[in-house]
Amino acid sequence: MSTLSIDGISMRFDLPNGGHVQALKDISLEIKTGELMSVLGPSGCGKTTLLNIVAGFLAPTEGSMTLNDHLITEPDAERGMVFQQGALFEWMNVRENVSFGPRMKGQREAEWGEHVDHLLDVVGLADFKEKSVFELSGGMQQRVALARCLANDPDVILMDEPLGALDALTREKMQGLVLKLWKETGKTIILITHSVEEALLLGERLLVLAPRPGRIHKEYRLPFADMGVGQDLREVKKHPEFGEKREEILNMIWDMEEEIMGSSEEAGA
Amino acid sequence: MIILLIYVAIFVGSFFLVRFGVERVFSKRADFTSLKTVTFGDESAVRPNRWASVISVITIFLLWGAFTGSKWAPVHAPGPFIGDTTLTYTLEAEDGTTDDATITLRVHKYGEAPELPVVEPGEGFAKNDAAIVSAGRSKVVLFDKNDEAKRKAGAKVVAIDGKPVSIGSAVNVAAGRVALTDKGAISITPQGGLQMEPIWLPPPEKVVERFVEISTEGYQGFTLWEHLGFSLFRVIAGFLLGAIVGIPLGYAMGLSNWVRGWADPIVEFMRPVPPLALIPLVIIWAGIGEAGKIILLFLAALWIMAIAARAGVSGVNITKVHAAYSLGASKFQLMRHVIVPNSLPEIFTGARVAMGVCWGTVVAAELVAAEKGAGMMIMVAARFQLTDIVLMGIILIGIIGYSIDILMRSAERYLVPWKGRS
Repeated sequence: MSTLSIDGISMRFDLPNGGHVQALKDISLEIKTGELMSVLGPSGCGKTTLLNIVAGFLAPTEGSMTLNDHLITEPDAERGMVFQQGALFEWMNVRENVSFGPRMKGQREAEWGEHVDHLLDVVGLADFKEKSVFELSGGMQQRVALARCLANDPDVILMDEPLGALDALTREKMQGLVLKLWKETGKTIILITHSVEEALLLGERLLVLAPRPGRIHKEYRLPFADMGVGQDLREVKKHPEFGEKREEILNMIWDMEEEIMGSSEEAGA
Repeated sequence: MIILLIYVAIFVGSFFLVRFGVERVFSKRADFTSLKTVTFGDESAVRPNRWASVISVITIFLLWGAFTGSKWAPVHAPGPFIGDTTLTYTLEAEDGTTDDATITLRVHKYGEAPELPVVEPGEGFAKNDAAIVSAGRSKVVLFDKNDEAKRKAGAKVVAIDGKPVSIGSAVNVAAGRVALTDKGAISITPQGGLQMEPIWLPPPEKVVERFVEISTEGYQGFTLWEHLGFSLFRVIAGFLLGAIVGIPLGYAMGLSNWVRGWADPIVEFMRPVPPLALIPLVIIWAGIGEAGKIILLFLAALWIMAIAARAGVSGVNITKVHAAYSLGASKFQLMRHVIVPNSLPEIFTGARVAMGVCWGTVVAAELVAAEKGAGMMIMVAARFQLTDIVLMGIILIGIIGYSIDILMRSAERYLVPWKGRS
C-alpha cells in the first residue's frame, strides 16, 4: 500500500562554464511503509539531492517516483521534512511552530490542540510551549522540528542530517528519540547522515551511495535499529557485529574518498 | 581657533577628571563586560560613557553661552567694549601748522540707538567731534566737517594719540584700532572682544525666547506647530505612499523573474539619484503645493522601500520555504506566514532609512519653495537675518528627526523581536 518507489532516477544539469554535472545516475529503490532507511556516502555523492528530489523540491531529469501509487512532482504534506537547522519560524512560538501544518490545512485549535500538546510532551518540550524558538538550545530546536513534522501526520518523513549540528551528547539522546518516535508512529523514514555510527544505529536498511555520479553502491539490512528501540544505544554499539559493520563501511567510504582525491589530483596535473 | 583649543582642553580634562576622580567615587557596574581586559579592539566592549555624553552636551551649551555673552553662562569670553572712549588726532593744515582735537566715540550694543554725545568744539582750527558706533563695527569719522582746515584744502591727519599715522597705515590706541581711509578720513574700530555677534550666533536664551514667541504668536502667518506639523504630515504621507507601493513592488521583484527583470533597471537607476535632484522637476510638474512635496517624498521613499522588501524576500532561508511547502502551505500561506514575517526586519531597517531621507528631503524642498513648513520658516528667517529663528528651526528639525528614529527603533524592538536571532 503506502510504498515509496523510486524508479530509475537520474539527475544531470549544465554548468555555466559549458560542462555538466551528473549528480545522480539510475537510482531505483522501493521503501515499504514503516521502514527506516538511512543513507550514507562521502560528501558530494548526491545524498541531499536525492532527498530533495523525493521531497519534490527538485525535478529529476530521468525516472519517476510514486508514493501510494501516485506520481511525485512537487512538495506535499504527505512527505514531511526535517532539516539540519534554520527551518523553524522565529516569529512563532514553539506551539505555533508545531501546529503550523494543521493550521495551514485550516484546522481549528479544537482539532489539533490535543495532538500538538501530546507531541510536545513526547519530545519533552511541554514546559516550553510559549517560548520563542530562538530562546531554545540547538537540541530543543531539533525536537521542535521533529514534533512539527509529526504534527502534520505525513506518510513519509525525510530527514536531512537532522542531528548534524548537535553536540555528541545531545545527538545520542536525539537518536534514541528518533528510534522511539519511529516505533511509536510507524512512519516511513529516510534519514541522511554523515555519521557511520548514526547510519548503523538508525538504519533498518542502510544505503551507501558512491559519488560521481551519485549511485547506489551497496545496501545493508541491519538489526541494530530494532535492538536500539528497547535498549540503551551504547549497549548496541558494543555489539560485535556493530563494530564489524562500522569498520567495513568506514573502509568502503575511505576508499571512495581516496578515489575522489586521486581523480582530482589527476585533473589538476 | 581659541574655541577649538578650549573644546579639546575640556575633552581631555574631563576625561582625566572622570576616569581618575568621579568614577573612583561612584561604584562602577560589575557586569560581564566590565571584567574584560581586552577592550581596545573589542567593539562589543566599547560602551558609551554616560559621563562623557553629559559633559559633551553641557560643553556645547557652555561654549555657546560663553561666546555669545549669554545670561545663562557662568563664564564669558571677553566681550566687546561698550561705553564712551576718546582719541586725539593731530591735524596738519596746508601751511604746516598743527592742532589737536578729540573725537568722543560712544560704543553701544548691537540694536540700540543711543544719542550722539555732546562735546565742546574746543580751541584752534581743529574742532572736537562726536560719533556713535555699534559694538563690533567700524566707524568712519569725517572729522573735518566742523574743522576750519579742510582735507580738500590740503589738511591731513598726521598722528592719533601722538602716534604718527598716514594713509593706508593703522595704529592701535586705547579706543581701538584706528586707520586713515584713502581720502584721509579716520576709521575707528573699537575693541571687539571674542564674543560672537547675535547676527552670527545669538545666545541660547534668545533662541528660547524666539521659541516661546513663535510658538504662541506664530511666524509668517502660521503657528510653529503648523509649520512643523505640515512638514511631518508631508513626510508621513510621502513615506506611507512610498511604502504602500514600494513594499509590494519589492516583494514582486523578489518573487517573480518577470517583475525582477522589468523593475530592476528602473529601481537600480533611480536609487542613486538623490531626491533633492528631483525637486526642480517636481516643481515644474506639480508646483510648490502639497502635491509636489508629497510626490517628491513618495519618490524618495519608494526605491528604498522596494529594495528593502526585495532584500527581505531574498533573505528568507530556503529551508524555511521548503519546510513550509512540505508542511502543506499554499503560495498565499507561504507569503502570509513565512515571507512577510521573515522580511519584516529588513523592511523596518529600510523604513528607518526612508524616514530619515524623507525628513531631510522635506526640509530641503521647503527651503526651495513652500508656503509653510520647518524648512520654509528657517529660509525666510535667514533672508531677514533672524539667526535666532534659523537656529531654533535647526534644533527643532534635529529633535524631530531624532525622535522619529527612536520611535521607529522601539517599534522595531516591539514588533520584530526575532531580528538577528535566526
